[in-house]
Amino acid sequence: MKILVCISHVPDTTSKINFINGDTEFDTNGVQYVINPNDEFGLTKAVILKEQQGATVTVVNVGGTDAEATLRKALAIGADEAIRVNANATDGMFVAKQLAAVVKEGNYDLVIAGKESLDYNGGMVPGMLSAMLDYNFVNSCVGLDITGTDAKVMREIDGGKETLSTSLPLIVGGQKGLVEEKDLRIPNMRGIMMARSKVLTVLEPTNDAAATKAVKFEKPAAKSAVKLVSADNLDELVNLLHNEAKVI
Amino acid sequence: MSILIYAESAEGKFKKVALELASYAKKVAESMGTTVTAIAVNTSDVSELSNYGVDKVLKVTNDKLNSFNAKAYADVIKQAAEKEDAKIVVMSSTTDSLYAAPLVSVALNAGYASNVVALPLSTSPFQVKRTAFSNKAFNVTEIETEVKVIGLAKNSFGLVENASTLAQEDFTPSLKDSDFSVKVESVEKVSGKVTIADAEIVVSAGRGMKGPENWGMIEELASVLGAATACSKPVSDIGWRPHSEHVGQTGKPVAANLYIAVGISGAIQHIAGINSSKVKVVINTDADAPFFKVADYGVVGDAFEVVPALIEKLKAFKASNS
Repeated sequence: MKILVCISHVPDTTSKINFINGDTEFDTNGVQYVINPNDEFGLTKAVILKEQQGATVTVVNVGGTDAEATLRKALAIGADEAIRVNANATDGMFVAKQLAAVVKEGNYDLVIAGKESLDYNGGMVPGMLSAMLDYNFVNSCVGLDITGTDAKVMREIDGGKETLSTSLPLIVGGQKGLVEEKDLRIPNMRGIMMARSKVLTVLEPTNDAAATKAVKFEKPAAKSAVKLVSADNLDELVNLLHNEAKVI
Repeated sequence: MSILIYAESAEGKFKKVALELASYAKKVAESMGTTVTAIAVNTSDVSELSNYGVDKVLKVTNDKLNSFNAKAYADVIKQAAEKEDAKIVVMSSTTDSLYAAPLVSVALNAGYASNVVALPLSTSPFQVKRTAFSNKAFNVTEIETEVKVIGLAKNSFGLVENASTLAQEDFTPSLKDSDFSVKVESVEKVSGKVTIADAEIVVSAGRGMKGPENWGMIEELASVLGAATACSKPVSDIGWRPHSEHVGQTGKPVAANLYIAVGISGAIQHIAGINSSKVKVVINTDADAPFFKVADYGVVGDAFEVVPALIEKLKAFKASNS
């Protein structure tokens, strides 16, 4: 089985978010980058599938040279090879088109991409990719079993989950639950050493256009200070929630 | 042209998000001098849409669509958009709509902006404001394609009543076998409990509760308010509460009217996940807990005293207001 795991290179969840150049660009100054958490669950799942039933795992990112450190981390966790499409990930449609070209070329059976990235939160790349390739697709995937070319997939729904059956080739939108947090792999020294000699191929992008563009960014307006209510005066809290906030 | 909305229903009744989409689409349609068409699947009584400005409804009745299937539903929405010559398709942020919207977008060769929180800033060029960086910022996105798909963030616009004359039309899209290549085998759903996705009020608790045996008061507080229960990441990681209750940046997002956090310090990842909620209340022993910086109302005190007392006050309030 050939597995492709799509990796976004995103600011660590604790990052302070600021913008520069007239609020048109994200300020990367002092920001630590990580594998997008939703993608990390997918990467771990791919490595587990490889160990359990044999597979090759390729990781791919659409981004600049700075994303290579993140791809090397994915290789250290257990991916076999990496591809970087040398382009700015400007919009979901554009990224999906780049990935579609990679999938067609590599003929992958299973593609795992996080259901959304923590930076742009578009939540569209895995679905768009499936529509471009006409592959089967399950989003918000919280469980995956593959037997031959049959797949049993669990999907999170509002208020529960459902079990779906489908077949390869398949694209899943991964998230927490695809593997448990405790099962996430941390690169060890041997993995880091081995990752140095694994192949990282750089491809040039297709000439497809983006469908949207980010015009500018804004930070939320400053909040007024919290109104403190004494623990002995909870009638006041009920009153504020009813008469002022009008939420009860 | 008209603006198309996918009006989701459950058990034959429109979900609140469907009415929110209608309210939103009507305002956009008015500003562009056009009308709103809704697509409703297996919903027999569609009259409620006329209270929220929908001009026309396309009714699809097909047993094959009884359980949600993203590819088939996306095909239905695509065919409806083409039939109505819709240049704007508005979808919600339910798990199902988030699943189908990217498929609709590719099928219509339309740019898609998700998590949109307000009316378009401009319709030419077409610019919308959406959340980004996990609710830590907003982003103005311009959709450059002729057809546009908008994903409206939950609870961002609200319901606006607007009476209209609703034309009803049966619509029979042609569905392919390949639309059903992913099949639903079984569904597990907690019944009789308010889900985090649908809840107007969410009561959430963290490590300050000291152990899973103390959650009775959290559930009671939620029950008095008709709220869903949720928890912080550490609580779900150590197994005090199920993963399905974990809210935050890597858990479920919350966009409720009221979010009450009990014994949650307010790590940046937690706040990112719940920040779209309108009113936030924090109850914590530590007056320096970061949650107080983002909350609207706060009580510095021991949850084990404050929560039971608050339950009594709320019961009295509910009794006198019913």
